[in-house]
Amino acid sequence: MTQWERFLETFFNAEVLARYAPSILHGVWVTIELSLLIVVVGIGVGTALACVRALRRPWLTAPIVVFADVFRALPPLVLILIAFFGLPNAGVFLSAFLVLFLVLTLVLAAFAEEIVWAGITSVPKGQWEAARSTGLTFGQTLGSVVLPQAIRLAIPPLTNRAIAITKMTALGTVIGVPDILNQATTAQSFSGNASPLMLAAVAYLLLFLPLVILSRWLETRFAWRRA
Amino acid sequence: MERFVEQFLNLEIMMAAWPMILQGFGMTVLICAVVIPLGLTGGLLAALGSLSGRRPLRWTVIALVDVFRAFPPLVLLIFIYAGLPFTGLRLSPFAAVAIAFFLNNSAYYGEIFRAGIQSVGAGQSEAARSTGLTGPQTLAYVVLPQAVRNVLPDLLSNTVEVVKLTSLASVVSLGEMLHQADLARSVTYNASPIVLVAGIYLVLLWPLVRLVSHFERRLAS
Repeated sequence: MTQWERFLETFFNAEVLARYAPSILHGVWVTIELSLLIVVVGIGVGTALACVRALRRPWLTAPIVVFADVFRALPPLVLILIAFFGLPNAGVFLSAFLVLFLVLTLVLAAFAEEIVWAGITSVPKGQWEAARSTGLTFGQTLGSVVLPQAIRLAIPPLTNRAIAITKMTALGTVIGVPDILNQATTAQSFSGNASPLMLAAVAYLLLFLPLVILSRWLETRFAWRRA
Repeated sequence: MERFVEQFLNLEIMMAAWPMILQGFGMTVLICAVVIPLGLTGGLLAALGSLSGRRPLRWTVIALVDVFRAFPPLVLLIFIYAGLPFTGLRLSPFAAVAIAFFLNNSAYYGEIFRAGIQSVGAGQSEAARSTGLTGPQTLAYVVLPQAVRNVLPDLLSNTVEVVKLTSLASVVSLGEMLHQADLARSVTYNASPIVLVAGIYLVLLWPLVRLVSHFERRLAS
């Protein structure tokens, strides 16, 4: 057997690929499902928190700032391990899927809150005053005048952050969530062959490369800051 | 409540795990000391490549940057650690971590440096060149200082991400902070050692996170 043939057999073994493709495909669905849930709930919660912060009540602002800071400063893997291994002993039983979802959603919410809040503060005070003096309520001003501008400014950094955090669904492997990476490493150790890893690599590229290219386009489209 | 404190804030267990975690802290610092300069250097090269006038070089670098931004860092790490041995190349966990993070960080730092360099007007380098500075001199004395200043918040925020990322090294059993704490957790059946590590990360990174927010708000307004 030539070296080339050995290489192909190790990394692109048709038989191994065919055998493990279904389980990796299942992992792809788990990853997509988790990613969508995290993005929708995380950005929703983060935006809601930024709006609450816009009320500028110190007793509301303080807990939001602490939440956002803590979840931006801690590595997600640390949070995942604390929740997954700690909570059951304290009487709270959550599945690995739920732990991963909750942790990453809270992390994304923390980042989203800061990004949307930066957008809200960038809207000049005069616009608030003008809108309020035409008779709009606080909620109407926020929803129809301030947020549309804030969100526009927030789109590129929010997209980047959402991609970065959905990629972290791979951390679920550590606690046994059957995502792409987990399925691939399991298949690799069963088959003693690297082909499942290559298949997973392709799956990740197909999922995330279009998003990375989209974020590149968004950055030029909604130029965030021009010096 | 008592059970919660017992499980997460057990001082006795934290004290017992402290020496191990301190050892892990040393490894975390060592990883950062290797990975951050490597990433910054790779990022600078990637930025220069992605702005190069030579089209084949430019497209190759941009494609590589996008590919390494598309892979989750943990996937990259596991591929290098578990995949490369199939080619006969067996790496130590530290080497695998260094290579994986080098590829991932270079891509991210590269995009930041590129944005920074692009934010410096073309007139600047034209003026510098016409005063007789060479290309490298123009880059080092005129363009880069301004570029770095313009993207300082992004560089800082990415560096925070890199420090947080070092916790992934625990997955390939490199004895950094989280790995040591997880060992202690598995022996004691108690999550307090990991909570202690969370506390250390918080003390280290909270000031930086505040600083990033401060910068971002100043730039936005």
